[in-house]
Amino acid sequence: MDWQALALTLRLATLTTALLLVLSVPVAALCVLGRSRWLGLLEALTTLPLVLPPTVLGFFLLVLLGPRTAFGRGITALLGHPLAFSFSGLVVGSILYSAPFAVQPLVAGFAAVEPALVDAARLLGASPARIVFTLFLPLAKRSLLAAGVLTFLHTVGEFGVVLMLGGDIPGATRTLSILLYNQVENFDYAAANRTVAVLLTLSVGALVAIYAGNRPRGGSRA
Amino acid sequence: MLEFSLEARRGHFHLQCDGRFSSRWTVVFGPSGAGKSTLLRLLAGLDRPDRGHVTFEGEALTDTKRHVHCRLGRRATSLVAQQPALFPHMSVAANIAYGIAALKPAQRAARVDEMLALVEASPLAQRRPGELSGGEAQRVALARALAPLPRLLLLDEPFSALDGEASDAIVSRLQVWLRAHQVQTVLVTHDATDAFASEAEVAILHEGRIATIGPAPTALAAERQRILDRLSGA
Repeated sequence: MDWQALALTLRLATLTTALLLVLSVPVAALCVLGRSRWLGLLEALTTLPLVLPPTVLGFFLLVLLGPRTAFGRGITALLGHPLAFSFSGLVVGSILYSAPFAVQPLVAGFAAVEPALVDAARLLGASPARIVFTLFLPLAKRSLLAAGVLTFLHTVGEFGVVLMLGGDIPGATRTLSILLYNQVENFDYAAANRTVAVLLTLSVGALVAIYAGNRPRGGSRA
Repeated sequence: MLEFSLEARRGHFHLQCDGRFSSRWTVVFGPSGAGKSTLLRLLAGLDRPDRGHVTFEGEALTDTKRHVHCRLGRRATSLVAQQPALFPHMSVAANIAYGIAALKPAQRAARVDEMLALVEASPLAQRRPGELSGGEAQRVALARALAPLPRLLLLDEPFSALDGEASDAIVSRLQVWLRAHQVQTVLVTHDATDAFASEAEVAILHEGRIATIGPAPTALAAERQRILDRLSGA
């Protein structure tokens, strides 16, 4: 077992999940509470990675963060190294690639909170931030859990963006998915089976956690 | 004094209202679909009119011409709707304290106790909304709306789940409290007895327009006759 790839994958998934949740909560709240017609565009943009081939997204990011664009040169000057082919670059790519998996469950969860409750809070002078912290997050905590788990799993399993943007650098960008690809390419099916077992255990375990949490207590579903 | 001139389209419904409520207790009477809830939402600031203004005690709360729309929470206005909309994950006491978070803890606790006593809900303080009856929930919603000490109180059939006796008792206690705190109240109802019961100024709302404003016996003369005809016919 390549423990380095496992540790890197878990570090990437944890960091991506934490950062993406912090970013997604205000975006989802804006989509639900906002009135501007431009919010449809924002929601569409956060959903775009769902329909975009991962290699296309990876290619865009590779070009954007590379020396061909002013943005990429600016980032390189700021950080002292290019974001492409680095762990930080993978985090940026993963955040964009997994955004729909965090934003969509949160939008659905926040929108399911009764509008009458939001009106009541607004009438009592609650700011949008207070509505998020005192109503949306406590009442939509299952959506928050789903967003976290889906983002984590999606990041663990991502391949196309990682390969395009990060390549295959042990300890920096070689995740379990890249490792599996290498093992299969080398006909090392025994090692590939072990890697698959780890990926499968992570996925099944997390999904069981979500569905167990969503089951009503003490009875069957109505 | 509450003055307004409002125009708003909601699908096929067109509300066009002008009014000046000078009484401390005004009842807006109208059948279902007359636009009562829409009018209250516009007065409360929850919705914006297409055109018009709302002025309370000389201060513009909404004015589309001047692009004024005073933020909710700064309008000193509370609204209690038919649906209590209590926060289900908070206790009754926490619900009532929600709008007075800026007060010091001791003041906040005292205000919550005062409100609970006013609506006779002190024993319910630690209960969750899911454990309350419809009438209890409406009383708690009223307490939550009064806790920030609003200057304008808008009531949208808030006692519909209370029986007649309980409703009368709470209204009379509420009126004493509102007089003491100089709160102007607008109550909307489709029940003529609510309007007759109080010595209120009554406005008749019909198809999105205010048809009459005046003392209950004058404004509700036609409605009174209709009820009498119905009773004599039975």
